[in-house]
Amino acid sequence: MIPISDIQTTAETLMAKAAIEIPDDYLGGLEKLADTESGELSAFVIRAMLDNYKAAEEDRRAMCGDTGTPRWYVKYGNDARIEGGPAALEGALRRATANATHNVPLRPNRVHPLWRTDHDNNVGINAPEIEYTFNPDGDWVDLITVHKGGLFGSDYRMLFPGDGIDGIKRFFLDTCVAFGKRGLACQPAIVGVGLGGSKDASMVLGKQAACLRTVGSKHPDPKVAALEEELRLLGNSIGMGAMGFMGSSMVVDCNIELGYCHTGGMPMSVHMFCLSSRRAVARIYADGRAEFRTDPEWFTDYSRRPTVEWAAEGAPQTEAAE
Amino acid sequence: MTESTLKTVTLDLPVTTEDLSKLEIGTIVYLNGRVFTAREGVYKRVVEDGQKLPADLGSVNFHCSPAAAIEADGTLNVGAVTATASFRFAKWLDGWFKISGCNVIIGKGGMTSEIYRQSFVPNNAVYLTTVGYGTGALLGRGIETVVAAHWVEDLGLAQAIWVFDCKNFGPFLVEGDLQGNSLFERENAKIAGNIEKLYEGTKSATLRRYGETDDKTDEVI
Ligand code: SF4
Repeated sequence: MIPISDIQTTAETLMAKAAIEIPDDYLGGLEKLADTESGELSAFVIRAMLDNYKAAEEDRRAMCGDTGTPRWYVKYGNDARIEGGPAALEGALRRATANATHNVPLRPNRVHPLWRTDHDNNVGINAPEIEYTFNPDGDWVDLITVHKGGLFGSDYRMLFPGDGIDGIKRFFLDTCVAFGKRGLACQPAIVGVGLGGSKDASMVLGKQAACLRTVGSKHPDPKVAALEEELRLLGNSIGMGAMGFMGSSMVVDCNIELGYCHTGGMPMSVHMFCLSSRRAVARIYADGRAEFRTDPEWFTDYSRRPTVEWAAEGAPQTEAAE
Repeated sequence: MTESTLKTVTLDLPVTTEDLSKLEIGTIVYLNGRVFTAREGVYKRVVEDGQKLPADLGSVNFHCSPAAAIEADGTLNVGAVTATASFRFAKWLDGWFKISGCNVIIGKGGMTSEIYRQSFVPNNAVYLTTVGYGTGALLGRGIETVVAAHWVEDLGLAQAIWVFDCKNFGPFLVEGDLQGNSLFERENAKIAGNIEKLYEGTKSATLRRYGETDDKTDEVI
């Protein structure tokens, strides 16, 4: 049984870590772009950001003044039991969000959409969002917090099979250009693409692809992985760098996630995880011990399973292109 | 990465029209002196409802909600500060300049050169953009003293007026100069030709969106 107090303390630590420490994979990706950026203004912006991450860690202050909308992803091992059950877990995550908002401090971003009521703690109706996934074994629970910024940089479109791969590329470009101008998306970004599902599923998958996969990760289907690479290069060939200045640094990496969709359609979403790509992860074991990491390991063979039954270990578990 | 030829200047606040007239778009700027935050909540109160501004705010208006907390003993704790997108505030600016006497706006994303010519140029004001835009920790470091937080009770922490005394506060880039030129528009124009080429030969999506345009020089702001 995982003690609920360990859930809350770990969650508070995660809130601070996400806000202050830029994940290594994103940092490495940005440094690579810095090496090849020839646009003077874009290169200056990237250098300033690299200085900024250092300042944040040295001062233990948030890297960006805009907290985005802090949220939680929870992965349950099949044998995990939490003291007080799922309701206690949600209570702990809400308390941790409120406490960290005051203690780090983080900007209290969350307000009522109509009355603009602000509780000054990033907690309110349906906030923070908590999403769940499950693992077929394990007595642990993974807590992941993501502080994704951005009023800009996400879009959805219902494409059709006839639009084909070209249609996907064009909508990808549309989104990069529209929100890349003036740097509204705070690029270079991890661009997540959700393909398929229904409209809501496509949005969820694209956002998770941006926020819950690391820079350098590849989709297990080699053809999808090739499309990820193609889109990354396409984004960097626009001629637009950081803040929309002339340059070549738009996309740090592109991640695609898929879901089966209506036979007539091909819904697509695009999400950009910004220069403050904030995520932090911990696995909490039955004895309350926490192990911290930055890779959410959210997508697994199990979560991407194409079959009715979950095949036993060793069987082919992902579906490659035919 | 090539060596930079960008110019850097440090300005002591308050700044005169003459100082501002020397700023060119694309110049890197650091500020010493007093800066205050104000955004839509404040603009609405002051410009529309005619409320009087608190005294001693200085003349640099930062479009920002800080990551900040007020402790039980009243201590003001400011961590990171990052700008918020400015184009949403354009409609209040002419009135705001006249009432507040500000001549520098700091924000995110700039405005259009049309707005600069309408509202900034006649009021001898320039627009500085923050960088990144996520340089919240660097800017937080530049705040020496948090002087005051006004209207917190009515407007909340995010929309309140925060007054900062700053040292080496930056970096910023000159986005809108005293002539009303925009750095972003200059850069957009440089990129436009390549974007046109990228799209060449591609066909629009089967299902159009109402009001959609194919003009790639268009902007979303
Ligand atoms: S998009 Fe990201 S980097 Fe930009 S202001 Fe928001 S949180 Fe900060």
